[in-house]
Parts: sequence; structure tokens; C-alpha cells
Amino acid sequence: MADATDAKAPTQRRNALQSLEIDTRLLGMIGAFIVVALVFNVLTEGRFLTPRNIFNLTIQTVSVAIMATGMVFVIVTRHIDLSVGSLLATCSAVMAMLQTSWLVGEAMPLGSAALPWLAIVGGLVVGTLIGAFNGWLVGYLTIPAFIVTLGGLLVWRNVAWYLTTGQTIGPLDETFQAFGGISGTLGAQWSWIIGAVATVIALVGLFSARRTKITHEFSVKPVWAEAVVAIVVVVGIMGFVWVLNSYDLPERVLAREFQAAGQEMPEGYREAYGLPISVLLLIAVAIVMTVVAQRTRFGRYIFATGGNPDAAELSGINTRLLTVKIFALMGFLCALSAVVASARLTFHSNDIGTLDELRVIAAAVIGGTALSGGIGTIYGAILGALIMQSLQSGMAMVGVDAPYQNIVVGSVLILAVYVDILYRRKTGA
Amino acid sequence: MSTPLVELNDISISFGGIQAVDHVTVDLYPGEVVGLLGHNGAGKSTLIKCLSGAYQMDSGEIKINGKTATINNPRDARRYNIETIYQTLALADNLDATANLFLGREIVSPFGMVSDATMEAETRKIMSRLNPNFKKFSAPVSALSGGQRQSVAIARAVYFNAKILIMDEPTAALGPQETRMVAELIQELKRQGLGIFLIDHDVHQVKNLCDRAAVMKNGQLVGVVKVDEVSEDDLLAMIILGKKPEHLAA
Ligand SMILES: Nc1ncnc2c1ncn2[C@@H]1O[C@H](COP(=O)(O)OP(=O)(O)O)[C@@H](O)[C@H]1O
Ligand SMILES: [Mg+2]
Repeated sequence: MADATDAKAPTQRRNALQSLEIDTRLLGMIGAFIVVALVFNVLTEGRFLTPRNIFNLTIQTVSVAIMATGMVFVIVTRHIDLSVGSLLATCSAVMAMLQTSWLVGEAMPLGSAALPWLAIVGGLVVGTLIGAFNGWLVGYLTIPAFIVTLGGLLVWRNVAWYLTTGQTIGPLDETFQAFGGISGTLGAQWSWIIGAVATVIALVGLFSARRTKITHEFSVKPVWAEAVVAIVVVVGIMGFVWVLNSYDLPERVLAREFQAAGQEMPEGYREAYGLPISVLLLIAVAIVMTVVAQRTRFGRYIFATGGNPDAAELSGINTRLLTVKIFALMGFLCALSAVVASARLTFHSNDIGTLDELRVIAAAVIGGTALSGGIGTIYGAILGALIMQSLQSGMAMVGVDAPYQNIVVGSVLILAVYVDILYRRKTGA
Repeated sequence: MSTPLVELNDISISFGGIQAVDHVTVDLYPGEVVGLLGHNGAGKSTLIKCLSGAYQMDSGEIKINGKTATINNPRDARRYNIETIYQTLALADNLDATANLFLGREIVSPFGMVSDATMEAETRKIMSRLNPNFKKFSAPVSALSGGQRQSVAIARAVYFNAKILIMDEPTAALGPQETRMVAELIQELKRQGLGIFLIDHDVHQVKNLCDRAAVMKNGQLVGVVKVDEVSEDDLLAMIILGKKPEHLAA
């Protein structure tokens, strides 16, 4: 089956960008993020790009970003999940009730070491089961996901209300609170160690990918391009750690700690927050979800089903069971986000996660996930969440009123999708 | 005579009010090519989809090697080593040739990770046989020409050691030279002992490639004939008039 059109050999000179084999969409999104950050930095006279604000920005992004990674899979398979904010609330309510009341008794008084962990496991199980139930309604009963999760939006918000009889539950366990951000950080030393380990792993990964290509005699990037990518990775990881390590605990907090220990605080003593555990959790989720998307059968089937559901079915993929798994995973991630969100507040409140479904969908879509299915990336969704949070925080810092903030965020969503459409039309992707 | 590889006995299936396949019986022997002929809408694709597991028949029986076979979905069909090239090709347009070729049957490492490099190497091997000019291994198949897409679909069907091959208009998107290569492929697979159902509009091609031809009209079987015993005009008459030629009608 010779075909005249593909006879032209790929010998045309590759330009620098092609040699680097970098996704131009990723580059565009990073560019957009940098522009947003620089503009706000000017408008706030340098307050936007301080270690303190970057620290806050990252911990504010975590909850939505974790859910957005799951939403990518949902949207890639041409579904939608409008219930994630309510699901988060139900999971948060379950975990709050477990650790403050249901599990508490003679055998396990308040403050027991096992309490927060059992609460988390309970919340994760509940989230996964509710998600799986949604998936079953969509996959096996073929009720459109829009309807199932629109119903779920109402149902789970109010189940949460029932579980707590509408009360705010707190304060949550101290260990549990460590997942919220500011009250659970690793400090400078451990942050450096983790940064270094991550760097080594990334470099080994790059190297072994190149070696695999060479063993199979596929074409590889020029060495200089490989080096540029490696340098960007190293600078990126270590730079991020450096920024977070530059944000010190306030002196009065340190003084109080020393006082509590009955010691005198040395003159000029400082201590950095370092990497928040919640951010570490997001990074772990991002890595696992990326591996799932790109390197597992499950991920492959998600994208195949999104690209052509009939073809996927004819290839022997059980697309109904796949739908159940995708929604179950979404539910699990909602529960994980519930840990972070309620821990950050230090209590469970009724309105936790309200409107999160819109933020999560917007993050995925701004991150390049196509509602027509088959296309989307995990890193895109996380960047999308970060861009949205930056806009919101930036405007708040500049003093823009809340209604205007929402007008801007809504407009940006529409604009981002339009730019994406233009980009796809141009690249034919 | 030996047992047939496939027996489709009295197969019927309807969609709403339309009787798409109406009590059709046809069989297939190892090393044999059976052509399926008929106008658009005659029910050819629907019939073979019952065998490939895409549709579930309303009534009838499928036997493989003389034993009754239950085929409820495409996974079942694959278990019987039935491979299908669908008229629509059934490719996931957003994935590349390699991902499509191995879809549902990925090679995985001991840790359960898909081995893309190994699969791409395999894809390169089979494509160098089927379509030596094929170079676009990492582009999504939406970026490929009709002929290239067709060759990906063909590669997928022949890579996994099929015993029963269903080809639904495999040369529809191909030029004359590519069509000739598919014809050679069919002859080679036949020599290897595969049984092949070939749906084709070209009566001349059917006469050259097939041992027998089954003609359908309006969901019903007009008749099954040995191609050596009929002329191209006889076949055309069967397709158009829906009757067996006089000299065979007995
Ligand atoms: N999934 C379906 N739903 C409804 N009608 C169908 C379906 N598949 C096939 N048909 C109908 O069955 C008849 C036979 O179609 P088909 O098998 O595709 O014909 P052929 O392949 O011989 O051209 C047509 O009338 C077609 O409209
Ligand atoms: Mg057809």
C-alpha cells in the first residue's frame, strides 16, 4: 500500500523548538502564567512575587488542582462531573464526624493517634464508593453524566448537611490539620533533601528514556536539546524549593514555640516553612495521574474511548466498567481534596467546596482538556488551576471587588477556550 | 468433508422495524475466502458484526470448528481468534498508529506499564511489510491519509495471528496499487490456512480472490455459489435481481 503523500522524508531541517520536542501548548500556558504573575507583580508593587505570596498561592491551589486531574479523565471520555464540590463536602463531613464523634469513645478518646488516619481512610472509601455509584449510573444505566452529577450536586451537598445537622465541626485533629498547608510544612532541610531526590529521579528518567529510544533505534533529540531540558528541570525543581524555603515563620510564632519549650530564642534565629505537605500531596497526585494517563492500559483506554467510543468498544475495551472506574477515581480525588480543604480551614463547614465544580472544570478546560473528548493533560489541568488561582488572588490583592473578580475569571475561561480552538485549528491537532 | 471453520446458521437481527439480516446461513472453511456481495444496505456488515461481537443476533447459531460459540461482545470474538477490519476502520483518531494497533492488547512490562517502545518497534516491523512507505508512527491517525489509515486497520487485524479474518470493504479507500497489495496479502493469508470473509463491491475482484461468493439482498441470502461456476454477469444478476442463475437454480 504505497502512498505517495508520505514519501517525503522527514529530512527537513528541524528548528530549535522542534529539536526540544516541547509541547507548544505547555509553553503557551507557562507563558500565560508568567504574564499574569508579572502584571500582578507590577500592580501590587512587588507583593505578588514574594515567597510568602507564592507559598499561599500554591496551598490555595492544591484542593482544586487535585480534583482537576481527575476531571481531565472524566472530560476526556466525554463526560462531566458537576458534583465534585458537593462530594467534597460529604467526604469532609464524614471525616470530620468520624474524628470528632463517631469513632470517639472509651477505646479511642479524642487525640488518639489513629483517629485522623481512620477518618481519612473512611472519607476516601466513601468518596470512592459515591464516585463508583455515579459511574455505574452513567456507564451501565446510560443516564447522561450531566444529569447524574447535576442531581449529585444537590444530593451530596445536602447529605453533608444531614451528617453534621448543619453544624460547623471542629477543631479537627492536629495531625489531620497538617494536610492543610501552613500548619504542615517540612522545614528547609527536608525540603532541600526532597528537592534533590526529585532532581535525581527526573534526570535518571530523562536518561533512561533516551536509552530506551536508542536501543530501539528510534531517533533521539540532539544532546544539546537534552541538556537544555535537563537544566530547565533542575532549575525548576530547586528554584521552587528555594522560593518556599525563603518564606520564614513569623518571629512571634517562633518566640511562642521557644517559650512553650521553656527556652530562650537565640538572637537572629530564623526558620523557614519549606514545602507544605499539601503541595507534596498534589505533586504526588500529579505524578501518579500522569503515569496512569500515559503508561497504563487504564489511561490508554480512557483516551481511546474519548477519541472514538465505538472503536474502543470494538477493540474489546469494557467501556462501561471503564466509566465506573473513572468516576470512582474522581470520587477518591474529591475525598483527598476534602482532607486538604477542611484541614486548611481547621474545621468542616457547610459551604466547604461550594462552586468548586466550576473551578475544577474551568481548570481542566483552561488547561487544554477538550470537551469533545480524547484530549487533555494532567499538567495542563494543574497549570489551569494555578492560573485561575493567581487571577483570583492577584485581583484580591489589587483590591478588585469580588463581583468583578468573577466577571474576569468567567471571561478568561471563555477566552482561553477560544484561543485553544484557534490553536487546534492552526496545528490541526 | 472436513468441519467448517465457521458456520453461521439461520442468523436474524432487526433494528426497530428493519429486518437487517433475515435467516441467513453461510459457512467458511480453513484456507477459504468467501466473498459477501450485495447492494448498500443489503445487510452484509450487519451479518459479519454478529460474528465479530459488535452486534448480538436475535436468533440463529454460530459454530466455530463445529462447536457452538457464544459471542456476546468483541472480547469474546477475539478469544476465538476472530479479527475484523471494519468498514469504518474503528480507529481512535486521537491516538497514534501504534496505540491503535495494540488497542485492547497492549504489551505491558512486569510492573503493568505499557511498553510503548516495544510496541512501536513491532508496529514498524509489520508496517514495513504491509506499507513500506508508512512513516508517521507518532502522529495521531487523524493526521493520516485514507490509505494509511486503512493500512493501520489491516495491520491490526493480521498482527495477532487471526484464524478467522473479516474484511469489510478493505480496499474502499485505496488506490489501484494499494488494492493489489491487499489482494496479495489475502492470498498469502489464505495459504497460511486462515478463513476469510471478504465484503467487496468489485465483482471482478471477488471472482479473482474468492472461492465462493454469498450474495445478499434486503437482508436475505440470495445464494452461495462457487465463483468458478459463475460469470461476473451471473453474480451481478444475483445482486440486482435477487435470484440464482438458471443453470445453478436446481
Ligand atoms: N445499528 C443500526 N441501527 C439501525 N439500523 C441499522 C443498524 N445497522 C444497520 N442497520 C440497517 O440494517 C440494514 C443493513 O445495513 P448494513 O449491514 O450496513 O448493509 P451493507 O453493509 O450490506 O451495506 C440497513 O437498512 C441499515 O440501515
Ligand atoms: Mg457495509
